Amino acid sequence: MLYRRQARRYNTYKRKKTMLNPHPGLPEFTYVKLASLDEACGFLVEHAGEARLISGGTDLLVRMRDKAFKPAYVVDIKGLEGTDVLAFDPSSGLKIGAAVPMNRVVAHPDVQKHYPLLAQAAKSVASYQLRNRATIVGNICNASPAGDTLGACLLLGGRLNIYGKDGERFEDLVTFFKGPGKTSLQPGEIVTSINFPLPEKGATGTYLKLGRNKLSDLAIVGVTVYGFPDKMTESGFRIKVALASVAATPLMPPVVETVLSENEITEDTIQEAANASMDACFPIDDVRGSARYRKEMVRNLTRNAITEVWGQLQSRTENGLEANR
Amino acid sequence: MISYHQITLKVNGETEVVNVPANMTLLVMLREEMGLTGVKNGCAAGECGACTVLMNGEPVNSCMVLAAECDGAEVITVEGLSHNGQLIKLQEMLIAKGGVQCGFCTPGMLISAFALLKRNPDPSENEIREALVGNLCRCTGYVRIIDAVKASVEK
Ligand SMILES: Cc1cc2nc3c(=O)[nH]c(=O)nc-3n(C[C@H](O)[C@H](O)[C@H](O)COP(=O)(O)OP(=O)(O)OC[C@H]3O[C@@H](n4cnc5c(N)ncnc54)[C@H](O)[C@@H]3O)c2cc1C
Ligand code: FES
Ligand code: FES
Repeated sequence: MLYRRQARRYNTYKRKKTMLNPHPGLPEFTYVKLASLDEACGFLVEHAGEARLISGGTDLLVRMRDKAFKPAYVVDIKGLEGTDVLAFDPSSGLKIGAAVPMNRVVAHPDVQKHYPLLAQAAKSVASYQLRNRATIVGNICNASPAGDTLGACLLLGGRLNIYGKDGERFEDLVTFFKGPGKTSLQPGEIVTSINFPLPEKGATGTYLKLGRNKLSDLAIVGVTVYGFPDKMTESGFRIKVALASVAATPLMPPVVETVLSENEITEDTIQEAANASMDACFPIDDVRGSARYRKEMVRNLTRNAITEVWGQLQSRTENGLEANR
Repeated sequence: MISYHQITLKVNGETEVVNVPANMTLLVMLREEMGLTGVKNGCAAGECGACTVLMNGEPVNSCMVLAAECDGAEVITVEGLSHNGQLIKLQEMLIAKGGVQCGFCTPGMLISAFALLKRNPDPSENEIREALVGNLCRCTGYVRIIDAVKASVEK
């Protein structure tokens, strides 16, 4: 009798305790730090299905606390060869290692000068503290359609350097995303860096993000626009759009690009492109916004972003900046 | 199976050698192994900034860092800001301007502001706001905190 009452009390206590603790600690796992990519890749192959890579951990640790991921092994990529590189080469472009935190990217003078769109997108992620851990490659490998840097990385022609058991391979980012949290990575493969070609001459871009609050939240809708002068098109420009949080993967509707290169760019064609962008996406309802709201926001943000980029392109052409870049 | 790691790190200038389980965060290690309870556990999810400490000179959310990742690191907590009981100007101004109420956010706020002033000794109001985006305060309404940071750089 007494025993039963005590047991009951204990159960209530246990229940309360879990109720009082909405953020439980991390589950048990083994932390693994290896000396080389080769060893890390071998370890991942040997423990396929039970090992996960950690870079900044800002996605991984959240998922592990929520019990969405239960890896037996957490393998650190920091310190593996080539993952710490952040280098710009005026003839070949930019290389960002998988372990380089976003703040280092944002602060790099060559990124600010040649890839301001990437700096802008990275700066829109969470807070300064978090960006000291969060990485661009982590944002990509996490493959959330809401990832803030994905649009900029896609439009700037990002290409991943991937290390696997058969050695190194490259993959264009456009083919990398397969669904929420799903990528084309094979068991054992590690992304070591993302590489960008030199930006187009006279290029400019912007990232407009709608979050629940003004700063530091996942995007309800995110619109990245990138444009540059192009003599081959009817309009004289090529303007591309990437959309976040409106489909299972980041979306780059080609129809927007077509509308803006085959017609003279006016307020009307910009509106037409914005409508096309809205029609191209198929968002879902979730806690951050309804599908209908998202669609309308895609239209409005696309219009605003194109207008902004178009304004910059025009003033650059007028000032002849395009020629001497 | 859980792994244990012997790590050596510097905390507020002192070298420490600790044996930590893989699932221990830097936050838990500082609070529970070292008694540095100035580091606060607000959300344990990277959102609130109460757990902010300097790691190798840069502010990080200590709830989002594994202790095992800190081998060789240099960590500074709010306890390490003052010297011999002498508060730094930022701390004095935070008190003077009424930027402390319940005080829960204060340690993280101080670390973020301290880091800002180190990389940018003369920040604009906007730069202060941007640097403190990741530090939530449920009491002061932020204005007094921002005033305090401004006042601490005035001559
Ligand atoms: C409070 C908070 C706010 C946030 N706000 C934003 C936001 O505003 N915008 C946004 O886009 N994101 C946000 N995030 C999510 C997260 O910070 C970003 O996605 C970040 O870029 C992830 O990088 P990471 O290095 O921390 O990744 P990790 O957590 O280390 O890794 C992410 C995933 O990729 C895998 N992985 C990591 N590195 C590699 C590699 N080299 N090769 C193969 N796989 C790899 C990991 O196994 C894991 O599954 C937020 C997170 C938190 C906690
Ligand atoms: S406790 Fe670390 S950010 Fe809230
Ligand atoms: S003073 Fe109470 S949370 Fe900031």
